[in-house]
Amino acid sequence: MLAFTINRFAQSLVVMFFVALVAFAMFRYVGDPVHQMVGIETTLEEREALRVELGLNDPFYVQFGRFVGNALLLDFGVSYQHKKPVTEMIVARMPATLELSILSALFALLIGVPMGVYTGLNRDGFLSKCFMTVSLIGISLPTFLIGILLIFLFAVILGVLPSFGRGTVVDIGGWRTGLLTVGGLKALIMPAITLGLFQMTLIMRLVRAEMLEVLRTDYIKFARARGLTNRAVNFGHALKNTLVPVITITGLQLGSIIAFAIITETVFQWPGMGLLFLQAIQTVDIPIMAAYLIMIAMFFVVINLIVDILYYVVDPRLRIERGVRGT
Amino acid sequence: MALLEVKNLRVEFPTRRGVLVAVDDISLEISEGEVLGVVGESGAGKSMTGSAIIGLLEPPGRIAGGEIRLEGERIDNLPYEQMRRIRGAKIGAIFQDPLTSLNPLYTIGRQLIETITTHTDSSDSDAQKMAIDLLAEVGIPAPERRFDSYPHEFSGGMRQRVVIALALCVNPRLIVADEPTTALDVSIQAQIIALLKRLCRDHGTAVMLITHDMGVIAETADRVAVMYAGRIAEVGAVRDVVKDARHPYTEGLMGSIPLVGHDVKRLTQIEGAMPRLTEIPAGCAFNPRCPKAFDRCRTDRPELLSTDGTTKAACWLYDEESVHG
Repeated sequence: MLAFTINRFAQSLVVMFFVALVAFAMFRYVGDPVHQMVGIETTLEEREALRVELGLNDPFYVQFGRFVGNALLLDFGVSYQHKKPVTEMIVARMPATLELSILSALFALLIGVPMGVYTGLNRDGFLSKCFMTVSLIGISLPTFLIGILLIFLFAVILGVLPSFGRGTVVDIGGWRTGLLTVGGLKALIMPAITLGLFQMTLIMRLVRAEMLEVLRTDYIKFARARGLTNRAVNFGHALKNTLVPVITITGLQLGSIIAFAIITETVFQWPGMGLLFLQAIQTVDIPIMAAYLIMIAMFFVVINLIVDILYYVVDPRLRIERGVRGT
Repeated sequence: MALLEVKNLRVEFPTRRGVLVAVDDISLEISEGEVLGVVGESGAGKSMTGSAIIGLLEPPGRIAGGEIRLEGERIDNLPYEQMRRIRGAKIGAIFQDPLTSLNPLYTIGRQLIETITTHTDSSDSDAQKMAIDLLAEVGIPAPERRFDSYPHEFSGGMRQRVVIALALCVNPRLIVADEPTTALDVSIQAQIIALLKRLCRDHGTAVMLITHDMGVIAETADRVAVMYAGRIAEVGAVRDVVKDARHPYTEGLMGSIPLVGHDVKRLTQIEGAMPRLTEIPAGCAFNPRCPKAFDRCRTDRPELLSTDGTTKAACWLYDEESVHG
């Protein structure tokens, strides 16, 4: 278990190194940072001085080392546009994105898994067919369209939910949360559904397919032949065997939810990291883009690491060493 | 009264191209403690018969006629929940592939305890004691230590021993063993068959042993039913069916088994292949391949008839009227 974790951790470091390389290359070679920082009336001498001051004339490896060193200290420089430290800006917006993403993921899991189990068990039921049809819509409609449709229905026509923003937020030790007020929660509903709908249908279809697969196996037939109750067979034996692929997909999807919150955040003008990133692209604010890139990569790597460890907990066949029994 | 009585059982599969009859009007009986072998080629309907008896036909397969009685009570028309209480408790089952019969994510101990506590009022600790005793009985070395092992930590033969322990753990009256040794090495097969035979004798459990291996039947069974195209061709005591078969199909089957010590140049061979379920001929299903077929075989289906030997065969050769009339 320990060796396995260390091994996976080392792999994660390698991944992060290459992401940092890409982020740095972008930082350094897309356009001229100095050009973007100064006004048109700045003289060539002043530009050169700034260049030296920023260390842009140093050799590649020195600059990269400095970039990585700073990144380790969570220092990603200063935003060209806002003239504020990038880390500070991202941290200020992180709660908005994380609350939205985690709520979406919970929505996707808590609704997707039971729906998948239900449609897997009652393959030919009327309700199952309804779910499957509706899930097609969830899978094929683009996220922004779902968001706009929801806004049109619930904000414009019915007027029950706010169409943009986070509503009322409460500041708890620097974490601005919308989870504690009615207004904040109401504002969360539509963005969370918009962001989570695709994942929910994906999880539902995945769980359904896995359930159907597992229910055909010999050990399920044998479990029935032993006279176990339906509940024990379906939920004890079948569902647990569908978990490994579901954990994989859910883990990766959680990463995507955070990364692709960009679109939902734009539609709902949600003041999160995604919106910040999109604005950074429009103004070629490379420090923000680089920091965002590294942070998203970090999320993916951490989630993958957790997923790998979860496999280990769920599936005894992966616990190779004798006598070591995971949890 | 026989322990298990199957009367005129018919199993059908509705498909888009019509209804397939996988098991066509078969009757058989198993007495307390008896081992009945059911032998036949793939697709002869032997596994279907087994699945119908334990009430686990895969949909859309269904019992379309006849009845199945266990200790005199009908069990073929029970609601799922009632049949579930019988499965495992009164009728156990063993399947072909021990590698896939056990849930890979649970320890064998958990699977045993779960089965025992489902059917009895035993506490977990009592169930654990029973389970460990049973594991010792089926020949798992150091059962206390292996109790917490996962299926993948056992070899194929050992897993089949665990499967047998699972099938026997609530002391059922009957075990339906569907090809219990087919997936195993030949050297292991003999051990498993011997184990199954010994355990069932000790526990007084009857066995319906489904296999295509005549050798296994000859070693294990008391009586044997030979199936062909969803019907029973011949039934009788094993010794008689092996040595003195009366149905031309059984004769052909026996003739095709090489025997040690017999110097035969070429084994007999039954021409052709078993018909598909969609193409079963009228009359006797075996008639197109039968060397002794005559007119009546092509029109009328024979019932099981007493032969001049000790077996019963579904063959018009043993009907006085058709042969002499």
